[in-house]
Amino acid sequence: MALGRIQVPARARRGEVVEARVLIRHAMETGFRREADGRAVPMNVVNTVTCRHAGREVFRAELGSGISANPYFAFWFRAEESGEVTVEWVDDAGERGVASARIEVS
Amino acid sequence: MRALAALALCACAAAAAAPPRPEPPLPGTHFLGSDLKALQADDFANPGLLWVARGEALWSEGAKPCAACHGEAARSMRGAAARYPRFDAGLGRVVNLEGRIDACRTGRQGLPAFAPESPERLALAAFVARQSRGMPLAVSVDGPARPVFERGRDLYRTRIGQLNLACTHCHDERWGKTLLAEPISQGHPTAWPAYRVEWQTLGSLQRRLRACFFGVRAAMPDYGDGDLLALELYLAWRGEGLALESPGVRR
Repeated sequence: MALGRIQVPARARRGEVVEARVLIRHAMETGFRREADGRAVPMNVVNTVTCRHAGREVFRAELGSGISANPYFAFWFRAEESGEVTVEWVDDAGERGVASARIEVS
Repeated sequence: MRALAALALCACAAAAAAPPRPEPPLPGTHFLGSDLKALQADDFANPGLLWVARGEALWSEGAKPCAACHGEAARSMRGAAARYPRFDAGLGRVVNLEGRIDACRTGRQGLPAFAPESPERLALAAFVARQSRGMPLAVSVDGPARPVFERGRDLYRTRIGQLNLACTHCHDERWGKTLLAEPISQGHPTAWPAYRVEWQTLGSLQRRLRACFFGVRAAMPDYGDGDLLALELYLAWRGEGLALESPGVRR
């Protein structure tokens, strides 16, 4: 099950630069690991993370097998208007996840 | 001479009945670096909270959810994890928190038990343990739990593995010193289920204990083995009074 969370400040002034924090639950299988019975576990990592706010993309990351399990991101963006800040991710198996948080801009 | 021997034997027996505990008692967090301490304390970034969130959803999921009997976990489960492992009169044996969850699943909910270390089992255990955060460990080791406690107490002092070490040699005699680059903790079970960075996932106390068996190059008991349960109970008694901090973050 895709599970993740995003945190942004509840309130901000228009044009203020605010921090967003994202935590995604994912095993980030490198493809090098083997099960106890010797079977190779196929590579499956979150390959793309995008974050949108007020109709525009504010952050995008392309990940590989060097990123730890349960990746955590912190980044900054300019708060332009009230609304949802939505982060989406997709892994190599095609599983998608989404999480969002609301920010009030005054 | 014989009287002296008998006296010595008595002294040994008395010591074995109530073995000394490390002074002062220090939780595992004390032996962590500042980065992991900060990660555990951060209510957003602590990865264990992802499992807690999953457990919260599982709590009220399904035809006969946990919530149907137990209601709101914040109230009904408050302090529960601090009392486990404990003797369960209904089951007639000592169970740990995960074992109690399994018993509810098979007995009350009519569902198959979760596999050991399955994400769902860890999620529910972490969610329940979270409700006791900050509460002191307080297990009962009297009455029907006594034989299990004594088994754990003895195992704790039994040398095992190719390295021929017992738990006590590291966690009583050498805590605070280092094992290669890592400080040795007192081995208190306050953080479990905990997110272990080495595993890159949440894991149970039994998994952590198995890792110690592996570390001294002994045969690892299976999950749910009586030896592991006995050790869990002994450790909980030994860490009495320390605050629960699950989901902890550990190396």
